[in-house]
Amino acid sequence: MTSVAVQSVTLEDQVRGLLTDRAVVRHTGERLAVEVPVTDLPESCARLQHGLQATLATMVGYDDRARSGGYRLAYVFQAPDNWLSVEAAIDPETAAFPSVTPRLPAAHLYEREVHDMLGLVPEGHPDLRRLVLHDDWPAGVYPLRKDFDPAIPVPRVEGAPHRFHHLHGEGIVEIPVGPIHAGVIEPGHFRFAAVGEVVLHLETRLFYTHRGIEKLAEGKTAAQALALAEHTCGACALSHAVAYCQAVEALAGAEVPGRAAAIRSLLLELERLYNHVGDLGNMCAGVGFAVGASHGAWLKELLQRLNERVAGNRFLRGVGRLGGVRRDIETSQALDIQQTLHQVRGEFERFVELVLETSSVMERFRGTGRVETESARALGAVGVAARASGLTGDLRRDQPYAAYGALMVPEVVQSQGDVQARAQVRIEETRASFALAQQLASDLPDGPISARMPSLPPFAVGLGYTESPRGSNVHWVRTGADGTIDRYRIRSASFCNWPVVALAVPGNMVPDFPLINKSFELCYACLDR
Amino acid sequence: MLNVLRAGLRMGRVTTSYPASRDPVNPAYRGRPALEASRCTCCSDCVTACPAQVISLVGSTLRLDLAGCIFCGLCEDACPEDAIHLTPEFELAAENRADLVEVWNVSGGQAVTPRQNGAVAGNVIPATEARRLNGRIRTLLARSLHIRHMDAGSDNACDWEIAALLGPVYDVQRLGIDVVASPRHADMLLVTGPVTRHLEPALRATYEAMPRPGLVVAVGDEACGGGVLKGSYAVAGGVDRVLPVDVYIPGSPPRPQALIHGILLALGGTQPYRQPQTVGTE
Repeated sequence: MTSVAVQSVTLEDQVRGLLTDRAVVRHTGERLAVEVPVTDLPESCARLQHGLQATLATMVGYDDRARSGGYRLAYVFQAPDNWLSVEAAIDPETAAFPSVTPRLPAAHLYEREVHDMLGLVPEGHPDLRRLVLHDDWPAGVYPLRKDFDPAIPVPRVEGAPHRFHHLHGEGIVEIPVGPIHAGVIEPGHFRFAAVGEVVLHLETRLFYTHRGIEKLAEGKTAAQALALAEHTCGACALSHAVAYCQAVEALAGAEVPGRAAAIRSLLLELERLYNHVGDLGNMCAGVGFAVGASHGAWLKELLQRLNERVAGNRFLRGVGRLGGVRRDIETSQALDIQQTLHQVRGEFERFVELVLETSSVMERFRGTGRVETESARALGAVGVAARASGLTGDLRRDQPYAAYGALMVPEVVQSQGDVQARAQVRIEETRASFALAQQLASDLPDGPISARMPSLPPFAVGLGYTESPRGSNVHWVRTGADGTIDRYRIRSASFCNWPVVALAVPGNMVPDFPLINKSFELCYACLDR
Repeated sequence: MLNVLRAGLRMGRVTTSYPASRDPVNPAYRGRPALEASRCTCCSDCVTACPAQVISLVGSTLRLDLAGCIFCGLCEDACPEDAIHLTPEFELAAENRADLVEVWNVSGGQAVTPRQNGAVAGNVIPATEARRLNGRIRTLLARSLHIRHMDAGSDNACDWEIAALLGPVYDVQRLGIDVVASPRHADMLLVTGPVTRHLEPALRATYEAMPRPGLVVAVGDEACGGGVLKGSYAVAGGVDRVLPVDVYIPGSPPRPQALIHGILLALGGTQPYRQPQTVGTE
């Protein structure tokens, strides 16, 4: 305990040293919260990021007019040893704040989002076009404001069409694609500006699957809102469920029993496995390598059947519970996991060998869709995308949760930043996950699988996070006066990585776009919420 | 080249023969909830626990709408009398929305009458056109069905399962079924998701682009009945609020075999889900 206290004092001193006297530093649970005047936001965020080597983990805006008389913003940073947030109150009359984006490009989408959803105006933001809401949403209607009534239908209006950036010049053609695509994939709109086969610019228009999940959570009890977390995304269902549970547990100061923590980690590794293996198969499909695609699909199926035998659902739904897990893993199931993983692991190695020695595949993977380390860092890339571009972040190691504190999660990193690097990172991580899951399944601690949840304090904030197959998920939960959910912000890995995809594509051929996209393997549902 | 050949030979045949023969039942799978009505004391704990709000209790009539059910089993956990439990039954597709509403008459532990079809709240667009032409569609398409998948705001689980139908294990091409790129080539629109506000125009346009007669199949909790997203400003709350639906496939998501069952049901090739005629009181 002493070392923790010493550490946080050091961090606090560091923070005080970096900021002006106007900043007020306080501890909230494990986090440091820094209250600054709204005019100091950009400078404070920039100083903390550079001074502490912190990365922007999420940003939340909320309507606090009923309590404090205004809106509030919290920029949450992940520092090497801790989380800290820079917070400011916003005058409800002007609803304006100085944009942080010019100093921190990673804040770009977050600020556009609070502009759409809360009507807060980030002054000096380079691009305030609509993001979450589309053209036919009426002006002046903000779903995350407390006076927005979801029971009243929002009319469709004749809005100004979305302004895409156009490139002009001889031979430049614009290729619009989507939101409905030819394959069985999620919806989104892409605008390519191309000369011949080469893409000069890619612009995305997303949020077609926006379901209003964060608003739906408001007013629900923490237990009720868990289903919303779990239905944010299919492929990351468990990562979201666990991140949400951890946020609420942090808020309530609840401890999860050791067995429950181990089961969470075990199942999270099973989630990573079926995703990574499936993604590698899909990357084969992206270059038309049918044998590899089939092989990957078959292995993924074996893993999803295992999920169903263990959790009753092929996407590991219905496992999460506040304070632990809902389902125990019986001895026979633990044995099933070990045997199945042993079999699939052998097949996986043969699959990898097949892919790596097929020159037509590697030819397409190599050098395609490159992202430089500096770009990945500036845009706040996470997960496989970041680790393929030379960044080492992995929450399982950096800020261990569930049972990861007692596990050796190897550092997997590649530097080339291309499709091949992303494939290689997935292959290495799959191997590591096989080992981690085997270790967890063979040695589950005894004990209860859940703890009683205390009632939630009012106006408290909790932060939960997981390293999903796609990268870090950060869930931010705040309670209201009666202990129900007042604000719930889900920041998925895909939220951070979509801008990185748009950067990876220019300079490549149009037909390489599906491959590059598959190599990032982002969720639309996770992003759009 | 030799490696590729070797890999293919070694992998062998992994394709299921479903529906010709049944795959082994997984007892852990969470499918249709069943009620032992004699145990029910009308405490309504299940009603409170249900995150999808598909259970209601009025007097001694307990209704459970399978269309929006997420099969989480929280009703089972909440029931103090052990009266409700989830079965591994997964072939739940039905042609009528009302057939998915389970109605149990429970009064003080006594099972009273067999179930009957339930009423469905909200403005459901009736499936008239395709239903009228169903016999003809079935004759025409039974051996060659072209499907256009449409994600209308799904959480992508249903879509991953549809993609699995095209993989080596479920391989629906063996049943004369294929997924096509354009709605203009499609006989069936397979829709996932609750129909978000932002995708509703695209869904309508896709439907309009399909040749007639065409079938519409709603896949999963959100497409069938809104799932946990009911009441959001951003969703319609189910495909049948926007288009006429011929078949509903419940599930969160429906497993691939359940998708095959539902698709074949639309072609008249399988039996729809029918609620058992007697209440289990044994």
